[in-house]
Amino acid sequence: MISLIGSKVERKEDKKFLTGKGRYTADINLVHQTYAYFIRSPHARAKIKSLDISKASKSPGIVKIFTGDDIAREKIGGLIAGWKIVSQDGKDMKVPNHPPLAKDSVNYVGDHVAVVIGESLEEAKNAADLVNISYSMQKAVVNPGEAMQSETIHEGIDNNLCFDFILGDKNKTEESFSSADKIVKLDLRNNRLIPNAMEPRACIGDYNPSSDELTLYTTSQNPHLSRLVLSAFGGIHPEHKFRVVAPDVGGGFGSKIYAYAEDAVTAWASKKIERPIKWVAERSESFLSDCHGRDHITHVELAIKNDGKITGLKVDTIANIGAYASLFSTVTPTYLYAPLILGLYNIPTAFINVKAVFTNTAPVDAYRGAGRPEATYLIERIVHKAANEIGMDQAEFRRKNFVNEFPHQQCLVHNIDSGDYNAHLDKALEVADYKNFKNRKLESTKKGKLRGVGFSTYIEACGIAPSAVVMSIGCGVGLWESAEVRFNATGNVSVFTGSHSHGQGHDTTFAQIVGDRLGVPIESIDIIHGDTDKGPFGMGTYGSRSLAVGGSAIAKACDKIIEKGKKVAAHMLEGKPEDIDFKEGDFILKNSNKKKTIGEIAFACYLPGQYGDAKSPLPPGVEPGLKETSFYDPINFSFPAGTHICEVEVDQNTGETKVVKYTAVDDFGTIINPMIVEGQVHGGIAQGIGQALYENSHYDESGQLTTASYMDYTMPRADNFPQIQVDYTTTPATSNPLGSKGCGEAGAIASPPAVINAVIDAIGTDVSMPATAEKVWKALKKNDLKKTAA
Amino acid sequence: MAVISLSVNGKKISKEVSDNILLSDFLRDKLALTGTHVGCDTSQCGACVVHLDGNSVKSCTTLVADCKDSKITTIEGLANNGKMHVMQESFKKHHGLQCGFCTPGMVMSAVDLLQKNKNPNEQEIRDWLEGNICRCTGYQNIVAAVKDAASKM
Repeated sequence: MISLIGSKVERKEDKKFLTGKGRYTADINLVHQTYAYFIRSPHARAKIKSLDISKASKSPGIVKIFTGDDIAREKIGGLIAGWKIVSQDGKDMKVPNHPPLAKDSVNYVGDHVAVVIGESLEEAKNAADLVNISYSMQKAVVNPGEAMQSETIHEGIDNNLCFDFILGDKNKTEESFSSADKIVKLDLRNNRLIPNAMEPRACIGDYNPSSDELTLYTTSQNPHLSRLVLSAFGGIHPEHKFRVVAPDVGGGFGSKIYAYAEDAVTAWASKKIERPIKWVAERSESFLSDCHGRDHITHVELAIKNDGKITGLKVDTIANIGAYASLFSTVTPTYLYAPLILGLYNIPTAFINVKAVFTNTAPVDAYRGAGRPEATYLIERIVHKAANEIGMDQAEFRRKNFVNEFPHQQCLVHNIDSGDYNAHLDKALEVADYKNFKNRKLESTKKGKLRGVGFSTYIEACGIAPSAVVMSIGCGVGLWESAEVRFNATGNVSVFTGSHSHGQGHDTTFAQIVGDRLGVPIESIDIIHGDTDKGPFGMGTYGSRSLAVGGSAIAKACDKIIEKGKKVAAHMLEGKPEDIDFKEGDFILKNSNKKKTIGEIAFACYLPGQYGDAKSPLPPGVEPGLKETSFYDPINFSFPAGTHICEVEVDQNTGETKVVKYTAVDDFGTIINPMIVEGQVHGGIAQGIGQALYENSHYDESGQLTTASYMDYTMPRADNFPQIQVDYTTTPATSNPLGSKGCGEAGAIASPPAVINAVIDAIGTDVSMPATAEKVWKALKKNDLKKTAA
Repeated sequence: MAVISLSVNGKKISKEVSDNILLSDFLRDKLALTGTHVGCDTSQCGACVVHLDGNSVKSCTTLVADCKDSKITTIEGLANNGKMHVMQESFKKHHGLQCGFCTPGMVMSAVDLLQKNKNPNEQEIRDWLEGNICRCTGYQNIVAAVKDAASKM
């Protein structure tokens, strides 16, 4: 039998999507349903002087209008930040209350002010125009670099400072800089992005007054956590009477981790009107109110010796977290960022300072990679600069500083269990045909194009995360994952997971794990997720954790099934459990030809007695049924790593930059389905190239989002990419039973610096992200002027 | 309001519709054909692409009032007697979809490309699909799927 692990199995979930039978939240319509339209703030910062709904309430087809006063009166709790960060002065971070509907003030364009509920969406929209709101405008704080010197947005939060976080040994790091042969410095901006999952957010609140059951259908990456947050902190409904369903979800990339104001309001309001309420975002609403990503301003310094050895690292970052602290907004620029700045390098000392500031912009939270792309961008940019400054080859400079022995305790936080950094560097050099780059450059020159090559060797910490560790550093929940493997009497298997699939192909990958462990054909395995009424509480999908943590939970539950199966088989085969081997779906009594299939054992477990010819009494003390649950808590993060090499061509006349060759060699540990992994890598790299060359979220001085549509925000299209070459090296993770490390975010983490380093190599001067044609053209002109002046 | 007759996926339909109803809303809300998706409000993303008299159009910017007596094919009408279209099969084989949201529009668009250009090269495929945004796949496997489908059609 060919192992299912490592097999390219076509996806079980594809047919429904390909035939138009997917069932996304917006596709669901309930009997007696109403429609919600949210009135949003047109101003970045203002006081609400008055809000009059009297005229609008009388508009045709209006069921009800709710405002922030209603939410406050009902004592509905605010949206929370789930991870407490402690500042360097020992004080807890400062976060403002974040009511689902604004009460007295609005703090970003798109902030929720009121909800109009109508018999039709059109009627709700028409009535919204009749809601009379008077604002007293205030000066908006937009630039994160000036936020600490600007007017206070939230009363009691001085300098608009959420926290002032430090990590590392300041004195030791200063010493390393005193004794350095060379200090390399860089100022960097990690551009603000909008995740842009193709399915806009949506939700339906549905309250049944007779049973007191509340159901929320929502576009969520983790329905269980949403239920917990809305129940425990929002006070919207008791958890046991509250069901959250995240059906097919059209991409998330982090932006759908959180319970949003719309979830809270539609769920709560459906209790008030005792009818279902449906809300579907228009794309412009997604731009305004989905959590954005990145947005760092950083100064970084690297201490090096003349031989190229890195001896120290200093980083000062201002992280913009927007108007309110969203669920994972505080961990993203701290623990998911600072420790990873060390990259793959054996850096003896580092000191990182991150100041997180509030601004009058949409909340900023985790977006594909979450902190790790920001970390990788700055270490790989400064390493590129350092190698250039001391005249070393980019690959060799990196190799000289690589960690070579594992496990490796980094100087900041992580203990890296496994890896082979030279292996993926060597393979990438070979796959990218690096030695012939000069010839390709010559060819480009002949066409009048500038060609450059850029490296990015990256590490990330994912498989988030050991509960004891994360809770000790402020996380408000444990980050384990659950699984239940349930054999049905007829021998097929229902598997419930707390992870959520919104494109990652869990239905297939998880079925491969179960099929491999239990010897059941994957056609007989169903993966069930996304419904709090089915299966145990789970922590959801983000941080490339689904396989390493959720998949491990499934594997553990399968092992428990086998353990019980051995007892039952021993009894049936008249042997001892320790004499039963389990192989490819058969329980075999050692040194005999006696065996029982797992299907027979499952059948016996559900029919524990004698009925006609069927004779299957269970051993004493063994309960009927064959169903096992596992709550798996990893012992460490997992640490994928790899080398990406990018080549770009720049048109000197227009500044247009094209990625013409891209190579990714990643170490994801054990790979279950290489086809799905490759797809994840492609997608991540596309988003990273998008960040490097095209995408940018821009607010003007008054806090208006000027990139709030696909006409203004440059989404990468099919003609923006070359063929991406993907390859792997493998060192299995030791922190989980599958040996897997996670692959969902790697592409978005590794690629931005690879692209920008290539652009810099091509044009010979610094350029910020996104390296648009205009910016590159201007940089080239500046170069020309310099040359002329010289 | 006016009564409009048209054919959707081979089925004749006659319905009273308002003058301003969009084809995408008509398909989704009036006919429950929710395979046609709406991913933006500026006619950019292409998740809503259907065929109107054999040509791909963005149904989010097509008025039903303009579709009188026309033939509409949506993603639900592409498979034949339960057998998926070559393009659908090819997307599955090449992992040309992840979350599935852009997929209906992407497939309908790709089918139209092959109607107009039987053997497109990679650049022609990428240029044609410029009006369909996918955030998951990085397009590489979509391009591979279209190429492979072209060789089989």
